[in-house]
This record gives sequence, structure tokens and C-alpha cells, in this order.
Amino acid sequence: MTETAQSIKPHRATTGSWYEFATRHRASIAAAVILIFPLVMPFTALAVNILIYGLYALGFNLVFGYLGLLSFGHAALFGTGAYLCGIAIVHFGWPWYAAIAAGVAGGLLMALLIGVLAIRTRGIYFAMVTMALSQCVYYLFYQAVDLTGGENGLRGINVRTIDLFGLRIDFINPMIRYYVIAAFVIAAFFVMSRILASPFGAVVEAVRENGVRARASGYDVTLTRLLTFILSGGFCGLAGALQALHLSIVPIEILHYETSGLVVMIALLGGMGTFFGPMIGAAVFLVLENIVSVWTVHWQLIVGAIFIACVLFFPAGIWGTLIARGRR
Amino acid sequence: MAGLSFDLIALQLFAGLALGAIYVLFAIGLSLIFGMLTVVNFAHGAFYMVGAYVGLYLISIGGNFWICLVAVPIVIGLFGLAVERVLIRPLYGRGIDYPLLLTFGLSYVMVECVRIAFGKTGYPFDTPDVLQGAVDIGVGYFPLYRLFVIGATAVVLLALWLFLEKTSYGLIIRAGARDPQIVRVLGVDVSRVWLIVFGIGTAIAGFAGLLAAPLQGVIPEMGGTILAEAFVVTVVGGMGSIGGAVLAGLLVGVVVSMTSLFAPEMAKVSIFALMAIVLIVRPQGFFGRAGLMS
Repeated sequence: MTETAQSIKPHRATTGSWYEFATRHRASIAAAVILIFPLVMPFTALAVNILIYGLYALGFNLVFGYLGLLSFGHAALFGTGAYLCGIAIVHFGWPWYAAIAAGVAGGLLMALLIGVLAIRTRGIYFAMVTMALSQCVYYLFYQAVDLTGGENGLRGINVRTIDLFGLRIDFINPMIRYYVIAAFVIAAFFVMSRILASPFGAVVEAVRENGVRARASGYDVTLTRLLTFILSGGFCGLAGALQALHLSIVPIEILHYETSGLVVMIALLGGMGTFFGPMIGAAVFLVLENIVSVWTVHWQLIVGAIFIACVLFFPAGIWGTLIARGRR
Repeated sequence: MAGLSFDLIALQLFAGLALGAIYVLFAIGLSLIFGMLTVVNFAHGAFYMVGAYVGLYLISIGGNFWICLVAVPIVIGLFGLAVERVLIRPLYGRGIDYPLLLTFGLSYVMVECVRIAFGKTGYPFDTPDVLQGAVDIGVGYFPLYRLFVIGATAVVLLALWLFLEKTSYGLIIRAGARDPQIVRVLGVDVSRVWLIVFGIGTAIAGFAGLLAAPLQGVIPEMGGTILAEAFVVTVVGGMGSIGGAVLAGLLVGVVVSMTSLFAPEMAKVSIFALMAIVLIVRPQGFFGRAGLMS
């Protein structure tokens, strides 16, 4: 097995470099890091935030990094997941697991709606159309006050205990809350790893590299783009649902285009098109935000400057740069 | 009743044209920059916002609105030149997403700098005395200032058209939009043309921000909303087409003001519905070239 792999990719066969190892066991490594992560963080709430935004960026990266389409409307997918999860609990009294499922379904469905329209355009248009459509979603949720609470946000998503096979788990305890959310995020990492390793994942990357050639090879490029966008919506919907449970409120700002911009920044900072990039980006971004917010309220200025610097000097991101070193 | 509602509709139509004029100015700058540089300027809204704030500042130190009309485009245009030269030029040839991402980051910096200088809350912006009041336009009284906005937009469009179609420099710009490589071979410094186009585009954005200020006041976030709406205009009109931007800008303005008359709660959503329809029926927009799509 290893021998065939080495004969196919001779240039990577440098006796077990760390990069090789990290790629093979990527999902397990992610799981291990996530499990010990809260022990090294100053407080657990930050660790939970990093998990959720890391998952959000993981879903976004599927479209941005692997499919090569820049979406500026992912807030709509994240936000719909959060709102549907919240609405299921507040208005319909669904149990927590059903509410999370509703969030994932919401993300998938919203991605289908936006995707069908946005996929009709390519290149630079895609960013503009997704941004405009997510702005439309923002106004729709904003105006559906009865369901979403409008400007005040959706309040009262109180999940105090979680029933699991007869076990009652205390969701208020921050450490337990972290590990419950971590279980979902780790599962998502395994699913993502599986998708990327599948033949479908290979087609996705082929479409990014050369759409015309992929079409000539008999793959349906439009369908691949749409399916990838929808899958991305599922991950972002899950992240949104977990966010709703974590915050116990869904603020309307979750649908704002700055939430779309945030995930672009996280993915670029960590390294687009890399497996660990989104999580690393989320960790660095949010830790930095925590540190900087202590001494200035003008965090956005720093964010913008870092982002400009990243684009100009550091386009491969943190993990992307490390990989480039590891391959050498 | 029927006559009254006809007048009301006609007035609302004019209000829509005034709103549309702002969209037109915003979108032609965006379209001009994209058509030449293939850069989607995500900071265009920020330039628009800074334009309004520069106007506010000039008036606070004793200037008047007419001085602003000249000074604001010059200041914002110069700022645009600096941005292109320092930040965007290194990114040419590195993929179409990078300038977009960079200008997005830049918009954060610009908005936050304005927040630091002027505070987070908005300010009202007084309509100049001469332009206050309303005039009878046949179907009813219409605010004079909105009429002025329509007129000023028409003047800018005419000047831009004359510049692009009748001057030799305009010829170079049009040639550069079609095939920059050939233009370069012919001995024209294309990067300098791009610099100037970016300056013109941002100057028009600043001008639009100043014109919009008396209509809606100034606030640091004013650029974000119009950016999303201008994307609708560009998608509907066709990216890179100035004629498309004019037609679509006016159409979007009229659609917004008509829906706010008949179904106010749908006013914000209506233009996105318009975009969805255009995307389904004619994905490249009214005047878009199919080649620009990919």
C-alpha cells in the first residue's frame, strides 16, 4: 500500500515527512487537537467560539479553497442554520438534536436556493451575486419579526440539559458544552476528510484547476459546483446551529455581510484550500481579537490591516506557508 | 382618486430616478474600474462614504456645498490614485480574487478610520439653502435638491462620455479595456492608464457620496448597503458596460421607490428579486459581454 503510494507520488516520498503524516491522518489529528484544545486556552468560551468559527470556515473553504469560487454570501448559510435551529427550539419546542438537524437542513436548503442562482455566473460575478443574495436573506429574516425577533434577534434558546440515551448532561457547564460541540465538529472533520478523499472530491479540485478540461473529461461542471456549494451549506448550517445553542440567542448581525467577510478572512489567514487552514485561521483570528480588544476598541482597523498584509505578502496563509516548507 | 394616484405614481417615479442617479454614479465607477482593470473594488462603498465625510468636514471648516462639489472628487480621486499605486498595482497578474480581497480589507480600515475621526454615530447633512424647497414639475411639487441630483448626474455622465469618446486619452482607455497587451505593444504605458481610471472611478464614487449625503445623512456604514445594491445594478446592467450601468441604475432606483409606494415592506427585497429574474433569464445582464462572465 505504502509502496504503491510512493511509486505514484515519488516526489512526496521523502522518508515520512511531517507533512505526509499530517495529510494521511488529518481527521484524527484534528480530533486529537480539538480534544486537548480547551486545556491550553485561557477560557473555554473562546475555545467554543474557535470551534464554531473553525467549522464555519471549514465549510466555506470547501467552496473557496477546493472549488475555487469566492463566495461573499456564506453568512446566509451560517445564519439560516442558526435561525432554523433557534426557531425549532423556541417556537416548536423541538429537542436539541432535532433542532441541530433543522439547522443543517436550513443550511443545505439555503445553499441550494442561492447556489442555483449564483452558479449561473462564474468568476468575479460569483462574489457579487452571493453577497447580494445574502443581503436579501438578511432583509427577509429582519422583516419576519414574528418568527425571528427582527432587530432584537431571536431570544430564549435555552438548552440547559441534553438528553443522550437516557443520560442527562448539564449543558451549562462550559467544559461539557465544549465537548458536546466538539463531538459535532470532529464528526464534521471526518465527513469533510472523507468527501475530499472521495472521487467526488477529486472532481471538485479538477473543476477548480481547469473547468474546461474537467467538462471535456465528461464531468458535469455546473452540477459539481452546485453540489459542492450545497455541501458547504450543510457544514455552515451545522456551525450556525451550534452557534445558536452556544449563544442561546441568534443576533440579526449573524446574517450581516461582515459575517461573510469574516469567514473569508479566517480562511485566507489560515490558508485556503488546506485541510487545517480554517481551524488554524479561526484560532489565530479569535485569539488575536481577544488580545487586541483589551487595549483598543478599534479592532476592525487591525483586522483590515492584517487582511491587506495577508493578501499582499502572505497569500498562502499560515498553514499554506508551512505546507510549502514541509514539501520542500 | 384615479388622477391623484397617477400624480403620486409620477412623483414617485421621479423620486426613483433621483435615487437611481446615485446608483448610476456609484455603478459606473465600479463598472469603469472593472472594465479596465478587472478589479472588483469592494472598497467602492468606503470611497463613497469618505466622500460624504470629506464634504461634511469641508463645510464644518467654513466651506460651502459648491466648493465641496469640486473639492470632494479631487480629494477622493487623489486618494484613489494612491491606493491603486501602492496597494493594487502589486496584485496585477495574481488572479482576479486578490484585488477584491485587498479592497475588502481596505474598506474595513477606511470605515474604522472614519469612526475614529468622526465617531460611530451619523450626522445630518444640510441641503444647501439655494436647493431647498420644491418646484412644480407638472404632476406635483418635487424637492428641488432631488432634481439637482438628477441634473448633476447627467452632467457627470455627459462629461465622462465626452472624455471617453471624443478625446485621444479616452480612445486609449477604450482600447486598453479591449486589449491591454496590444495597447502596450503600441507604446502606451498601460499601468498609467489603469492608475488614472481607478482615480476617475473613485472620484465619481466620492462625488456620489456627497450627492447622497443631504438625502440620507452620513454614517460610517453608509457604503456597505449601497455596495450590495450596486452589485445588483452591475449584474442587471452587465459588468463593464457603462450604458448598462446607467439603464440598470435608473431601473433599480425606480423599482425601489415603486415598491416602497405599493409594498413598503418589500422595498429592500424587490431589487434582489429583480436580480434573480435577470440571472435566470439573461445571466450576463442587459449589455454584458458573455466573455466577461468566466
